[in-house]
Amino acid sequence: MEAMMTIQGLTRFFGGLAAVMDLSLEVQSGEILSLIGPNGAGKTTVFNLITGTLLPTRGRVLFQDHEITGSRPHETTVRGIARTFQTTSLFDDETVLDNLIVSHRCRTRMGLWDALLQTGRSREDERRCREKAEEILNFTGLRERASELARNIPQESQKRLAIALALVTEPKLLLLDEPMGGLTEEENIGMMDLIRKVRTRGISILLIEHKMKVVMNISDRIVVLNYGQKIAEGAPQEVGRNAEVIEAYLGAGYAKT
Amino acid sequence: MNQRAGKSIILAILVIAVVIPLVVTNKYYMNILIMSGIWSIVALSLNLILGYTGQVNLAHGAFFGIGAYASALMMLKLNMNFWLALPLAAAIAGFFGFLIGLPALRTRGSYFAIGTLCFNIIVTLIVDRWEGLTEGARGLMGIPGPSAIPLPWGGEIAFKTMAAQYYLVIGFLFLTIFVLRRIMQSLVGRTFRAIRGNEELAEALGIHAMRTKLLSFTVSCFFAGVGGALYASYIGFLSPEITDYHVSFDALIYVMIGGVGTIVGPIIGTLLFVTIPETLHVAAEFRLLLYGLILIVMIIYLPRGIVGWVKDLRGRKTKQEVSWKQ
Repeated sequence: MEAMMTIQGLTRFFGGLAAVMDLSLEVQSGEILSLIGPNGAGKTTVFNLITGTLLPTRGRVLFQDHEITGSRPHETTVRGIARTFQTTSLFDDETVLDNLIVSHRCRTRMGLWDALLQTGRSREDERRCREKAEEILNFTGLRERASELARNIPQESQKRLAIALALVTEPKLLLLDEPMGGLTEEENIGMMDLIRKVRTRGISILLIEHKMKVVMNISDRIVVLNYGQKIAEGAPQEVGRNAEVIEAYLGAGYAKT
Repeated sequence: MNQRAGKSIILAILVIAVVIPLVVTNKYYMNILIMSGIWSIVALSLNLILGYTGQVNLAHGAFFGIGAYASALMMLKLNMNFWLALPLAAAIAGFFGFLIGLPALRTRGSYFAIGTLCFNIIVTLIVDRWEGLTEGARGLMGIPGPSAIPLPWGGEIAFKTMAAQYYLVIGFLFLTIFVLRRIMQSLVGRTFRAIRGNEELAEALGIHAMRTKLLSFTVSCFFAGVGGALYASYIGFLSPEITDYHVSFDALIYVMIGGVGTIVGPIIGTLLFVTIPETLHVAAEFRLLLYGLILIVMIIYLPRGIVGWVKDLRGRKTKQEVSWKQ
């Protein structure tokens, strides 16, 4: 396997506090890699550093052999890294379909003049956005919700929609920040199915999740962060037995079950 | 359905607008209608950046003034024809919008509002003090109107009568509406709405937020400049007050009362606020006081303006019908 994304020595300070310290990891193409750790371990900060929402103090991010350290968020998305947010982030006052259509905008090129003159390119681009939106609507099972406002659909559908928006940008790597947060056991299973289905499209996944059952079930590999530093890395079983991980995050109760 | 309703309303307005001069011959009312037309263009253009893109621009008076002064100065000092001066003046206003947008649009929310307000005050100060160019507080006088358009089969369209002036303004109003609708119905317009809805998410989805906001702001300022150039030639006189922030707040009120993020809203707001004070002869000092009160009441009870309120009523009605059927 080859690395889709490589992070080398990534470090970020907030004042004197190291939110992420000398983190190196690789995401292989086609794998589901989970990032776990206690609250405040720096997981979301890692996402923000990858996508360019935050600039790293030190370190590099390479994506498909290109250095993307310090790229702006919209640039990293165009390169093929899409993300979701921990607090489900949507265009609340637009319909589900409209949410999806605009999210494919980054793959189109029409400009102001195309809009004013309704050129062939503007019609073509609009058709492509609509087609892409329809495709992902079916893929994520949101067909029935298409004409509802994003703010009005149930939480589980909103979580799906957040992933759907990311998919519409045609990513190669998908960063998911707690996609199961607040979901029921049953909904967790549906969400895991969706994530696995995403992987079958050839999209690698970097996942932040607190629900250990889900993480153990779905991940190919796990990276454990504590106080911004990597304390363990490996297959779910290895990480689950790691004494340091149990100490820092899982708790003594986990080892017994 | 909504789009069709919008289209039919706009068609109705169009028909009424074209027929009005045949019915109304009173100069006083024609003047009100012409002023409403000009201010509608300004309100609509403000709505592009404010309503559709979600950036509270408090410098619209400045861009209106820049368009007005640019057009007047080009006609007076360079003997330029109105038909050349108007698009150039609009382009100049748009260019200033672009230049100011570059730093100002980096800020968000109230910082952008305060930044643009400061810019407006600076523009008014410059217009007031640069007497060599703008004649300062004395104002620019004798600004020519549009020159007559010769027709290929002889004769010409002159702009001497009130009706002709009216049709000129209405023509530009429809051009503005046409352009804004084209934009808002396209992917470009969708990206504007995405910025209003959630700028952080829009960026995460690969939308260049800065470029999108800058485009919206430039187009918005361009049409403020169109309004300014029309105003200059219609009134024939400009003084620094016409660039000041009262103009920005007037336009803001027209948009807020009529309904942000709609095409019809700003026109309704403008018609109400240009017509009512004129006909009731409300004293100028009380006018602003009243505006403030109305604005506060509207923001609390009808934050989406008259058009938003009507839409809500209709929405509730259809919902009731649905539950009846069930």
